Amino acid sequence: MESGKMRSISLRRNRDKSVDNTKGNCSGMHSLAALYRKEMSDHITSKRFVIILCLVMASTIAGLYGALSGLSDAISDSSDFIFLKLYTTSGNSIPSYMSFIGLIGPFVGLIFGFDAINSERNNGTLNRLLSQPIYRDSVIIGKFLASASVISIMVVSTGVLIGAIGFLKTGIHPSGEELVRILVYLVYTIVYICFWLAMSMLFSVYCKHSSTSALASIALWIFFAIFMSLLASMIANAVYPINDQYHAIINTMSNYNCELYLNRISPYYLYSEAVSTILNPSVRTVNVVTMSQMVGAISGYLSLGQSLLLVWPHLVGMAALTLAAFTIAYVRFMRQEIRGN
Amino acid sequence: MAKNDIIISTQDLTKMYGDKTAVNHLNLSIREGEVFGLLGPNGAGKTTTILMLLGLTEPVSGSASIQGLDCTRNSMQVKRITGYLPDNMGFYADMTGRENLRFTGRLNGLSEDEIDNKIEHLLERVGMTYAADQKTGTYSKGMRQRLGIADILMKDPKVIIMDEPTLGLDPEGMKEFLKLIKELSVEDGRTVLVSSHQLYQIQQICDRVGIFVGGSLIACGRIEELGKQIVKEGHYVLEVEAVPCDDRFLGFIHGLEGVTGIEKEGSRFIVKSSRDLRKDITGFLGMNGYTLCHLRQKGGDLDEIYSSYFEKAEMESEKEGEKHGIRKNAKHLLKKKQG
Repeated sequence: MESGKMRSISLRRNRDKSVDNTKGNCSGMHSLAALYRKEMSDHITSKRFVIILCLVMASTIAGLYGALSGLSDAISDSSDFIFLKLYTTSGNSIPSYMSFIGLIGPFVGLIFGFDAINSERNNGTLNRLLSQPIYRDSVIIGKFLASASVISIMVVSTGVLIGAIGFLKTGIHPSGEELVRILVYLVYTIVYICFWLAMSMLFSVYCKHSSTSALASIALWIFFAIFMSLLASMIANAVYPINDQYHAIINTMSNYNCELYLNRISPYYLYSEAVSTILNPSVRTVNVVTMSQMVGAISGYLSLGQSLLLVWPHLVGMAALTLAAFTIAYVRFMRQEIRGN
Repeated sequence: MAKNDIIISTQDLTKMYGDKTAVNHLNLSIREGEVFGLLGPNGAGKTTTILMLLGLTEPVSGSASIQGLDCTRNSMQVKRITGYLPDNMGFYADMTGRENLRFTGRLNGLSEDEIDNKIEHLLERVGMTYAADQKTGTYSKGMRQRLGIADILMKDPKVIIMDEPTLGLDPEGMKEFLKLIKELSVEDGRTVLVSSHQLYQIQQICDRVGIFVGGSLIACGRIEELGKQIVKEGHYVLEVEAVPCDDRFLGFIHGLEGVTGIEKEGSRFIVKSSRDLRKDITGFLGMNGYTLCHLRQKGGDLDEIYSSYFEKAEMESEKEGEKHGIRKNAKHLLKKKQG
């Protein structure tokens, strides 16, 4: 009697499981899709998005304006790859689109991520969300993907906008290689901004209040954008001093390399170095080159493949930083107690 | 037969936060279709227990299951049949009530048609149709709780778990809300687990209650049974008021066998004793020309059951010479609340 009952229970359990398994797989996707959809619509309808879009648009147009006004000077220097110059030329003390995005980009990432988790927790929606049949990681993955999508759309559309307006204004048409270079540039930009998104999500997992996480991520941004280069040169000078001629002879190389490597810790520097190489085929190296290495070199442009080879480690580095930040946030979020208050 | 009916059960469920034991070897069985009240002061481990039932927190040892599904390992399946109404049910403030429900429906993998039908039906049921297209940021606490009920019903759960659902509701809202809870159990046949420290409200709707102090379940059963049990163990509390209220009367009570304490509360005496004194007292009053104004044997009230269990737990822990900081704390809180 008892065993019969047990068997019927276990049978029922198996049946439930098999039903659940077929349903479970698609339900996991369902919930991720539902979350993604909701996050996307949240972003797009939020005031925050409008503000950020205005900011990005303003810097795009300013960059484009600067490029157009400085273009004739730039062309007189060299008249190759003119289309790329739309992105890299600065004029009339207006920075180029490239440097604008290098500076503003992190802010875009931060804005989309700084309250991703802690606002859910503070509003009590995390409880409700997690009591639904979804995996916990769907929440953080869905949020990251949705924000990354919005960022990608923003980056690609402004990048295309520059090209389109520049094309109309100047009548210069891009070559195939230029198009590919721009595409690669946009990919780098997306990865770069996603790093900041992951970073701010990490802060949003760790900090209780969204104002704290916003402040922490902004502090990090300012540190990398402004103070890192100062710090790098200070450390380099301390380790390899070049105060007198004797030291200058011995240490110049090491000093320069030390500063460079320290700077490359900063994703801001990595990104700037990488995109200026991609958008400027005349950049032949990202490291220091001695005179003896230069002997016999023919002055010319790098091919696309060679440019990519030069900055491939940068992309890997940025992607790794992004993944690392996201992974820490992910692990922490998975282990965190739901009751944050 | 009876065993089959049990839908929620825990075996030696234990949860520690650092050194602090939040839930201590909890063994709980809840039958299908009943309204079970989990009572205890703040910090007794009620919410922790609930989170473990939903698989949102992992127990240190022991296990919990809902309808045979392990709450930690099969939490997805458990969450599919269990609705959870947290104490601070949060909705996305810049979405309307309807949109919030739709989102829940999508998370549960319902089809869009199904979602539309359910939303209409459920909004009607909880009486929220009029505010369905307002942003939930503008809702009052009572409206949020009602929308919360609609929200958990979206997935048509077998088990509903509510954490302090009546907190912060006005009396009218409370009444409606309790009626709604009762309906969920009686009309729909769902099992409802309600945690609360508001004893009076819970008393009205619960079939059974468990009293939870310092992470342990110290009593469990029907309210009447618990009352009887207390009485059986020789804890009688009698309220008596007579005119004239003189020293002779007091002296008589004092002289009765089994009296352990007398307090005066206004014109009433509160007499604690180890046996039923009513017969003696009424006899004495009748013989000596007193007028009996009030006589009540305490014990049927959940509040009293609760506090007497508390005292018992307190005394036992003192006897064992343990330092149960939580318990004392809990008692302290309870006193504050009552006072």
